[in-house]
Amino acid sequence: MNLLELTHLEVAYGGIKAVKGIDLGVPKGELVCLIGANGAGKTTTLKAIAGMLPVAPEAIRYNGAPIGGTRPFELVRRGLALVPEGRGVFGQLTVEENLAMGAYVRSDAAAVKADLARAYSLFPRLAERRSQSAGTLSGGEQQMLAIGRALMSRPKLLLLDEPSMGLAPLMVQKIFETILAVAKEGVTILLVEQNARLALEVSSRGYVMETGLITLSGPACDLLVDPKVRAAYLGEAD
Amino acid sequence: MDIFLQQIINGLTLGSVYAVVALGYTMVYGIIQLINFAHGEVVMIGAMVAFSVITALAGTALPPVLIVLAGVLAAVPVCMLVGYAMERIAYRPLRGAPRLAPLITAIGISIILQHVALLVWSRNPLAFPQIIPLVSFDVGGAIITGVQIAIILTSVLMMVGLTLMVYRTKLGIAMRATSQNPQIAGLMGIDIDRIIAFTFIVGAALGAVAGVMVGTYYGVAHYTMGSLLGLKAFSAAVLGGIGNLAGAMLGGILLGIVEALGAGYIGDLTNNVFGSNYQDVFAFLVLIAVLVFRPSGLLGERVGDRA
Repeated sequence: MNLLELTHLEVAYGGIKAVKGIDLGVPKGELVCLIGANGAGKTTTLKAIAGMLPVAPEAIRYNGAPIGGTRPFELVRRGLALVPEGRGVFGQLTVEENLAMGAYVRSDAAAVKADLARAYSLFPRLAERRSQSAGTLSGGEQQMLAIGRALMSRPKLLLLDEPSMGLAPLMVQKIFETILAVAKEGVTILLVEQNARLALEVSSRGYVMETGLITLSGPACDLLVDPKVRAAYLGEAD
Repeated sequence: MDIFLQQIINGLTLGSVYAVVALGYTMVYGIIQLINFAHGEVVMIGAMVAFSVITALAGTALPPVLIVLAGVLAAVPVCMLVGYAMERIAYRPLRGAPRLAPLITAIGISIILQHVALLVWSRNPLAFPQIIPLVSFDVGGAIITGVQIAIILTSVLMMVGLTLMVYRTKLGIAMRATSQNPQIAGLMGIDIDRIIAFTFIVGAALGAVAGVMVGTYYGVAHYTMGSLLGLKAFSAAVLGGIGNLAGAMLGGILLGIVEALGAGYIGDLTNNVFGSNYQDVFAFLVLIAVLVFRPSGLLGERVGDRA
């Protein structure tokens, strides 16, 4: 069963259609990636799913229910969390306050405390800097914080927008290890990435997006050997 | 009598009122970058409501402290309602509009509130009944009255309470998160409309108490009293750095002291050409100086490390 189902999703900014009717499904418990070049409409798609852009209600189904255009704070309550492009940590809040905001919708104080400890064990670097303001962290640490913060809401569906952007290779590796670990715990993930190889290697399914349309989709292992994908996104000539 | 010390005491009293009112400006500015020019009128409404309640109870056998307290307890919810209503009716529909639109609306709201007050409470200055016995203490040659002590203590308590709320509670952290980045705050599950409404309500509650304090301090309330007081508190917020809570408190206290010292010494300094009735000039001299020399204010908002 698909936890997230996009049916002919269209998103327009002003008069310009950035997403021109795409179909996409994310099965429960799986890690699915959406790859493509800059400006293909990947971030717009994620923003639409998270409720940040107006779309037709039926175009997005989550857990079987139409959610298109539902406001973000309501979706968080229903178990959907987005780690936005550029991380979006609250720079003037401390690391711990950022994590607390991740758990804003929860009232089970004891469980939140346990999850906080878990976030710190997942990212020991954050524990060292818990009372430092988030603006002083490095890019990689901010990405850890953004992911840790999203996990604090105990999401059923995690949307990740370009988690590798602007990070050093070692840090990218660390972030992807964490994403895999989270997926293993049973969290369903939709991952948007420009780093196509890395994304396909960790995913079970992949979708390729070009100028607002899905041009290719299938099991990630098939896409990895697909000549068109290899030529266009993996930097290999056929 | 020591004029310097006396003016410091008077300035502290006035300054702590400015500080409490300035907090209302700065909180709203911090969260939606709107200068809510109607905030001074909220303070005025607080004073007016308290006047009505205190006048009604003045003849009874209740102890004066309880009567004033009843005034506060009536003024606070009325002002909270006014604050909530103005956000809901006037500002929320303009959330995405160019910044000039809500600003002009704020001026409109301020005029409306003044005229509502005029209709309800008449155009005359309303004298508070003198129910509080004049108690005063001698400190190093200057005099501090019981009312002054009460005003300073109440203000400090409210400032400490607000600071604890903003920095120690989940709601307060959510307010700061919303002020930094409302979109991301929404992604945390924070209903930013509620946070914004809450900010207006808290600011209005502080304003209500400030209104009662001003009313009982000067012993008079008037439907136009909010505009000058509001402008001064706004100047205090700018002096401290608009959007910054500690700045509003510091700015308020400093402005009160500058004003009191200015009023105390202007006669001597100008050979009695100008008298203490020029007191009001000082707030605006300070405002102009800040805008020219340090537009971000003393503790200016650190825009640099915004996420």
